[in-house]
Amino acid sequence: MSTGTIGATAGYRPGRTLTVWQEWRRQATRRRTQFALGFMILLPLIVLVAFQFDTGGDDDNGGGEFASLIDLATSGGLNFTLFTLFVSAGFLLTVVVALFCGDTVASEASWGSLRYLLAVPVPRARLLAVKLVVALGYSAVALILLASTALLLGTLRYGWSPLRSTVAAEIPAGEGLLRLLGILGYLAVGLLVVAGLAFLLSVLTDAPLGAVGGAVLLFILSSILDQITALGSIRSFLPTHYTDAWLGLLSTPVQSDDIVKGCISAVAYATLFWSLAFWRFTRKDVVS
Amino acid sequence: MKRAPRRTVCVMPAIRSARVRRALPAVVVASALLVAAAVWAAWPESQAYTTEEQVITVRSGPGGDEPVDLDTTLYLPTDRSGPVPAVLLAHGFGGTKESVRADAQDLAGLGYAVLAYTARGFGRSGGEIHLDSPDYEVRDAQRLLDWLATRPEVSEDADGDPKVGVVGGSYGGGLALMLAAQDQRVDAIVPMITWNDLARSFLPESAGANTVDGVFKKGWAGLFFGGSAGIGTDPICGRFARDVCEMYQRTATTGRATPEAVDLLRRSSPATVLDRIKAPTLLIQGESDTLFPLSEADANARGIAANGTPVRVAWFTGGHDGGQGPRSDRDRVRFLTGQWLDHYVKGEGEAPANSFTWSRVAGFDAMDRGLVTNGYSVDDYPGLSGTATERVPLAGPPQPIANPAGGNPAAISALPGGGDLASAASEVGGLIGDLPGQHAIFQSEPLAQAVDIVGAPTVSIRAASPTGEAVLFVKLYDVDESGAATLPGGIVAPVRLTGLPAEPAQARTVTVTLPAIVRRIEADHRLRVVVATSDQGYATPAEPTLYTVALGGDGITVPTVAGEPIPTTAVLWRWVLAGLIAAVLLGLVVVLLVVRRRQRRADSTIREEYAQTPLVVSRLRKEYADGFVAVSNVDFTVERGQVVGLLGPNGAGKTTTLRVLMGLTQPSGGEIYVFGHRLVPGSPVLSRLGALVEGPGFLPHLSGLDNLKAYWRATGRPEADARLDEAVEIAGLGDSIHRKVRKYSHGMKQRLAIAQAMLGQPELLVLDEPTDGLDPPQIAEMRRVLKRYATDGRAVLVSSHLLAEVEQTCTHAVVVNKGEIVASGPVEEIVGDSPSVRLDVSDVGAAEAVLQRLDGVRSVIGDGANGLVVDINGTARSEVVAELVRAGVGVDRVVPRRRLEDAFLSLVGDNSRGSGDR
Repeated sequence: MSTGTIGATAGYRPGRTLTVWQEWRRQATRRRTQFALGFMILLPLIVLVAFQFDTGGDDDNGGGEFASLIDLATSGGLNFTLFTLFVSAGFLLTVVVALFCGDTVASEASWGSLRYLLAVPVPRARLLAVKLVVALGYSAVALILLASTALLLGTLRYGWSPLRSTVAAEIPAGEGLLRLLGILGYLAVGLLVVAGLAFLLSVLTDAPLGAVGGAVLLFILSSILDQITALGSIRSFLPTHYTDAWLGLLSTPVQSDDIVKGCISAVAYATLFWSLAFWRFTRKDVVS
Repeated sequence: MKRAPRRTVCVMPAIRSARVRRALPAVVVASALLVAAAVWAAWPESQAYTTEEQVITVRSGPGGDEPVDLDTTLYLPTDRSGPVPAVLLAHGFGGTKESVRADAQDLAGLGYAVLAYTARGFGRSGGEIHLDSPDYEVRDAQRLLDWLATRPEVSEDADGDPKVGVVGGSYGGGLALMLAAQDQRVDAIVPMITWNDLARSFLPESAGANTVDGVFKKGWAGLFFGGSAGIGTDPICGRFARDVCEMYQRTATTGRATPEAVDLLRRSSPATVLDRIKAPTLLIQGESDTLFPLSEADANARGIAANGTPVRVAWFTGGHDGGQGPRSDRDRVRFLTGQWLDHYVKGEGEAPANSFTWSRVAGFDAMDRGLVTNGYSVDDYPGLSGTATERVPLAGPPQPIANPAGGNPAAISALPGGGDLASAASEVGGLIGDLPGQHAIFQSEPLAQAVDIVGAPTVSIRAASPTGEAVLFVKLYDVDESGAATLPGGIVAPVRLTGLPAEPAQARTVTVTLPAIVRRIEADHRLRVVVATSDQGYATPAEPTLYTVALGGDGITVPTVAGEPIPTTAVLWRWVLAGLIAAVLLGLVVVLLVVRRRQRRADSTIREEYAQTPLVVSRLRKEYADGFVAVSNVDFTVERGQVVGLLGPNGAGKTTTLRVLMGLTQPSGGEIYVFGHRLVPGSPVLSRLGALVEGPGFLPHLSGLDNLKAYWRATGRPEADARLDEAVEIAGLGDSIHRKVRKYSHGMKQRLAIAQAMLGQPELLVLDEPTDGLDPPQIAEMRRVLKRYATDGRAVLVSSHLLAEVEQTCTHAVVVNKGEIVASGPVEEIVGDSPSVRLDVSDVGAAEAVLQRLDGVRSVIGDGANGLVVDINGTARSEVVAELVRAGVGVDRVVPRRRLEDAFLSLVGDNSRGSGDR
């Protein structure tokens, strides 16, 4: 540490600048953070209320074997949570993660406060690492808040019963909870792609909206391309190809092949994007 | 598919020319990329074979003299050196040579000359369907072997004896077996999903009755025989041979077989000729097959192995109901086939192991919604009775069940040939059709542990019937915890019992062999045996009758096989994932180590001569990525106690210099030293600087005070060092310091930013345009603050484009323009009086004449209509004025000039547009 402080003023240590906790508090005071996390609590509530309007109509939701997730949503707390995750996984969670990871550096740049942090000086790699850890932390909190609120509300309203799906036999509640945690874990890993992309854009641009929107747009583009079966095996390389692989955790025994591939894809993309972000940020001229 | 790429290639130039004319290069590039991608995606892999289509006329029939045209395609591998072994590829019932095209391409790719042909009675081939009759279809195939032997491309074992294997599924599989029995030139066969005894297949009976008493499988028979009727000239028989057609008509009409019908079907069955098969046989059978169940392959395997001929058996999850099965199954079947042919036909590779492989449905694929299967293997084929058996007790009272009049309504157990749909439906328990009152249930307790059923379970029942006869359907369900029942494979065991007593008490026990299945019954699931009176797929007695059925023994015997799971790529992927994570972590550690090492090696030397100098900028140059040179060569020094003004017009390079000074941008050349330490982005010595560059930067959602606190916390330095109160006082925001920064005016933010820069009383304060947005009293206050600040050995660097400000605030000034230093030094020296003076006179001409005469005047330059700039050398200004007045020239104004003014004003005038503030 001594080499890092040569020439510094008394009391300055690079390793003490901008700690994770400080960054956590910086972000916690923001409306954006509070709204996003608040919505994670609100969404299960809205869904729950919406289910109260159930008139018993027999709409076909499509989607094959897994469509029944909707029909089974009210069969218990676990299924309600599963449903909530099912409807959020595609878009909502993507947006939330893109928000946390895409806004973090770009917003500091747009406020001008990034200049002053770098002049402290907070070492650039440290600044980025702290920002990344906190953004991922908030993303995880959002995911956990969503799932735990859904589980709590669902269990209070529909009771504690085994996890049901049409692709597998009933899964006992205890194991069902484990499966649910597995699904949460896979969703978290899968969202690393968005986190990586948004974070990279956040470093590349000074416009927070550009970083968040850009990440979401690219994610949607990848999802659209993934629908085009004509692309054949190229699709396996799309970052969104394995987003639905967590459904494999609902069958008995668990189908883990695609989950493993999805993890590989997510980890590889996230590492690539983050490496590019660090490479770029530690070299770029901060001119905003 | 194959022609598509060529078409795309032709289209490309057209697109290009059209777009170019419209001068939209971006569109051209985009479409070129798209076309390239399409071509790349659709480009056929270089064909590994050539094809020859021809109609071959062969002579067959009982006398060998009936000509028939067979439509054939010969696939020849392109990269062959000399003759290659051949494969005769036969198609399934209702197909043609085209339906086996993919298989033919596959085999040709493996280096075989593949002769695919359309069997007689189908497609463009002539003749009638005789159901793989030894006199017709089998003899046709023999003639094709003759034909192959004449081809120079095909290698031979002996003259007229080609090296040849026969591959085929279903109808083609039956042909392979029959041909191998009839023609010893066949070197190996791979019959798939085919029959052993066609009579038993259409007239199954699972309690040991004669085939003639079998229960007619009308659903499949209708598809098999009826599906081809109406084609051709005869609307009843279609292309079926007369005897076959009449046999079916009779049987389907009565629902009962005759001995003649059984004989005819037997004639088309390998069962009678198995002892003559000497060609090594690979039998592949489907687990989802209600037409030719696993027991057919089992009978073939036992019959052929009895001769000592090598036989291998493999099961996959498809079949006549389940299709080709998922990819893992298809890959396994392809591998096994290739291995078998390579060894026994081509003569390459090790002898295939004798192991028995099978697969089991494990669930649904979440991605493509298909089935997922796991493969298993054991060293030897155990047959249908497993390597071990398990007895599961069943319970249930004797139950009366009704045979519906006319056999309708009937339970639905399977959709014949339903493909993936049926198999998926049975997998999720969607095809349950047991009708109330028509079935009896005998069920086990929940199993304590999972049972892997591989083979045919047996169960004993007793039945009583007032007519002395009963047709019953016995089936085994897997019932999960929630009560959902699944019928594995959708397959049932029909039994026809005769000589039954009317009284249940007198009923004797019969053992029913249930169809062979592959199924894992999970722990806590139950086994349920259902005995039903009707089934959609079978012909049942039309008379309404009431039977009574009871369990014969105390349970069901299920065969099990403990197989080794066949390793799949899943394991590989897991290793890939582990490897990837390890690589990422390792990479991270390496990067951290490299960074730390680099930090340790970083230039930590101190330039002693600058150790007491707050700032030394030396030959600084900054060129941006776009080639714009913002700073080309800047040198200056800030000493302790100085307030140095960096003066220049907009775009002169002031801000860029300060950016480099704060470590925000990398200089392209030159050095900056702060107290002797070389300054690079992130240098710890930056902590001795306080700065305001390019305007304030605050978190808008925090109050001014919170912003200052948050900033100080981010420095990680002790709170007491901040001297927060002094900074707040300098900001002079009063109570507004507690309001959110979002609501601040520009001037308020500016003052807060200056206060932030002064937090911790840094030894060098760098302020970029500090008075921007301040009102005059605040500007005056700021001047005092800065002057006071540069005491105690501290120094201040202020940039400004206002001369007056620098003049009034600074002790020293550095004037830059276009990235270069124009002048520098103490302000008094720069700003002080110059020897020249500007005079406004009444008569410029006269004045000039007077001045030229004076000794102390070096030069006189006209400046405007009445103005003159006079360089006086030593002479007092008063004397010059006195001279002029004496000469009668009126002097309106005398303005002493200052050195800097000339230079700076001309710079600004020259450069007012700037070169872009970067």
